[in-house]
Amino acid sequence: MKNQVHSVTFGGIGGQGVLKASEIAGWAAMFDGYHVKKSEVHGMAQRGGSVESHLRFGKKVYSPLISAGGADVLVCFHHEEHPRLRTFLKKGGADLTEYLDRAEAAIDNPRYINTFLVGLLSAKLPIREAAWMKAIEAVFRAEFVPENKRVFLEGRRMAQS
Amino acid sequence: MAKKKTLQKALLSGNEALAYGAYEAGLGVACAYPGTPSTEILETLARFPEVDAQWSVNEKVAFEVALGAAVSGVRSLFACKHVGLNVAMDPLMTSSYTGVNAGFVIIVADDPGMHSSQNEQDTRWVALYSKLPLLEPSCPAEAKAYVKEAFKISERFDTPVMVRMTTRVSHTKEDVALQSREEATRPVFERNIPKYVMVPGHAYQRHIFVEKRLGKLKAYAERTKLNAIERGTSKLGFITSSVPYQYLKDEYPDGSYLKLGMSYPFCDDKIREFAKTVKRLYVVEELDPFLEEHIRSLGVKFTAKDPSFRIGELTPDLIPEVVAGKVKREKRVPKRKPRLCPGCAHWASFAALKKMDAYVAGDIGCYTLACLPPTSALHSCLCMGAGVTFHEGWRKGAPDRKIVGVVGDSTFVHSGITGLINAAYNKTKGVIMILDNSTTAMTGGQQHPATGLTIRNEPTKQLVLEDICRACGADNVDVIDPMNVKEFEALLRKRVSEDALSVVISRRPCRLLKR
Repeated sequence: MKNQVHSVTFGGIGGQGVLKASEIAGWAAMFDGYHVKKSEVHGMAQRGGSVESHLRFGKKVYSPLISAGGADVLVCFHHEEHPRLRTFLKKGGADLTEYLDRAEAAIDNPRYINTFLVGLLSAKLPIREAAWMKAIEAVFRAEFVPENKRVFLEGRRMAQS
Repeated sequence: MAKKKTLQKALLSGNEALAYGAYEAGLGVACAYPGTPSTEILETLARFPEVDAQWSVNEKVAFEVALGAAVSGVRSLFACKHVGLNVAMDPLMTSSYTGVNAGFVIIVADDPGMHSSQNEQDTRWVALYSKLPLLEPSCPAEAKAYVKEAFKISERFDTPVMVRMTTRVSHTKEDVALQSREEATRPVFERNIPKYVMVPGHAYQRHIFVEKRLGKLKAYAERTKLNAIERGTSKLGFITSSVPYQYLKDEYPDGSYLKLGMSYPFCDDKIREFAKTVKRLYVVEELDPFLEEHIRSLGVKFTAKDPSFRIGELTPDLIPEVVAGKVKREKRVPKRKPRLCPGCAHWASFAALKKMDAYVAGDIGCYTLACLPPTSALHSCLCMGAGVTFHEGWRKGAPDRKIVGVVGDSTFVHSGITGLINAAYNKTKGVIMILDNSTTAMTGGQQHPATGLTIRNEPTKQLVLEDICRACGADNVDVIDPMNVKEFEALLRKRVSEDALSVVISRRPCRLLKR
């Protein structure tokens, strides 16, 4: 079997929920049976600086980092970060930045924009919906699970429509 | 929490994986002071009720408590970032002589690329210097497996074992299988004066032991599966360790590999044997030429990276250039810099310092960010506690300047107190400002003695900063909220103009604290 590795770059600035978004996707890939590696930024960089998270999953994954031109999908949370982040995207890769304004318009509470973008992302990845649901349950505290599932599905439907 | 326990697998960071591995190995005691990229190790361990976990006052204290626990018969662990290990070097060097009783593991996380640090030191040299075995995991799954192995090596060879992480390994998450905890058999705690009392005569005997142990560890390095040969094409071979192994495997999937999971003592025979089987050999490692210099001394021919690549983190993009022996091209990608949060009280403290045109001896914490333009109101950052001692030093050569030393509350407890005693004892005058946000903010808000809460948020004896400052010998100790701008400025001006040693505690809790 060919070892196809799927790569997603998440990026934005500290406090936007970039790491939470990649966390949901990482758990979802794991629940769907993939080998997963995901890189994060912690510490000083999180104080309002550029934040980046790389997710790679497949049968077997080595590098936790994505090379330039290596991402299948780019999930960008901030327009100003886009010029830097788009260098990760491969030719013909999906750039979800075009959805950013629509996401902001569709979501009342800005704290849920990351979950909405993950919903959009989910439509581009070979991970089953049940695994995404399980990931949301694993990542959020119980009281926040229903709203996150609702917002996630809203994003997923937007990408599928 | 209960939900996660029933999982067969979990998506764990390298740091979390270390914690789970140590827990499963029957760990009893864990000590650390917070520091990126190592902080999450203790945060994770504190969630296991079987583990006696603590935030210690500093790394030296943490090391000694954990080693003492191992000597008393319980498997123990000390975790720190690279520069934290410098603080613990005194006990570390002699712990190599005393050895352990129950297993004792030193986890140290280097920061290639300086994501959150003041230097880029390569801690692998400490293993060579202290004659301790060194394991280097390249991913979270290995981190979990290696820490278990480290406890076994520690007990088998009567030695502390170093496990060296890097930011990339610590902060990569991977799906990792969870196992149940195995209680370790506890060796007896006995008085053993020749082993634990390092006076010259005993230490001489122990040094003989250390050299013998190093020979045994070398033999172990030759046969352990931690140092594994992966046969690929005979045209191309790599000797590597840590995360560069993962980058290489993506770039050169057909190559042959000698992956060093135990990189000290060196497995010379295995290295020579592997070198003979490949036509072109490369040694690829991050930061210093630790493997390179040793392997060259064996007379083995290979290509190593250009010295320009000793600076900064290696990334997959750089690997082809590294292997091609090219010189590093410095390219600055504009990135958004971190800054103090909006509304942070440090802004007010530094606004007052800037207004009075002070020379500010700085320290390590969120407030170090006050060095950035346009504020530019912090003028040094060397190491933990140096805000207090640089203040004293600067006044010697520039007594006519307005010099203020600043230090955070957690940093002051870590290593500012000794500096303050030194200032008082040596008749220093001037102003030390404790930027008290009542937490260890930069690393994510950990407790410390002056918060009055333990790592598990249980109430404990609280260190009262104003009392300890008075006890150290400060002539004046004021506690003031910097958000009362006028009052704060007036007090600061008054204290700076006086011929006295004053501590101004600028107190306002961090806005990110969960209440």
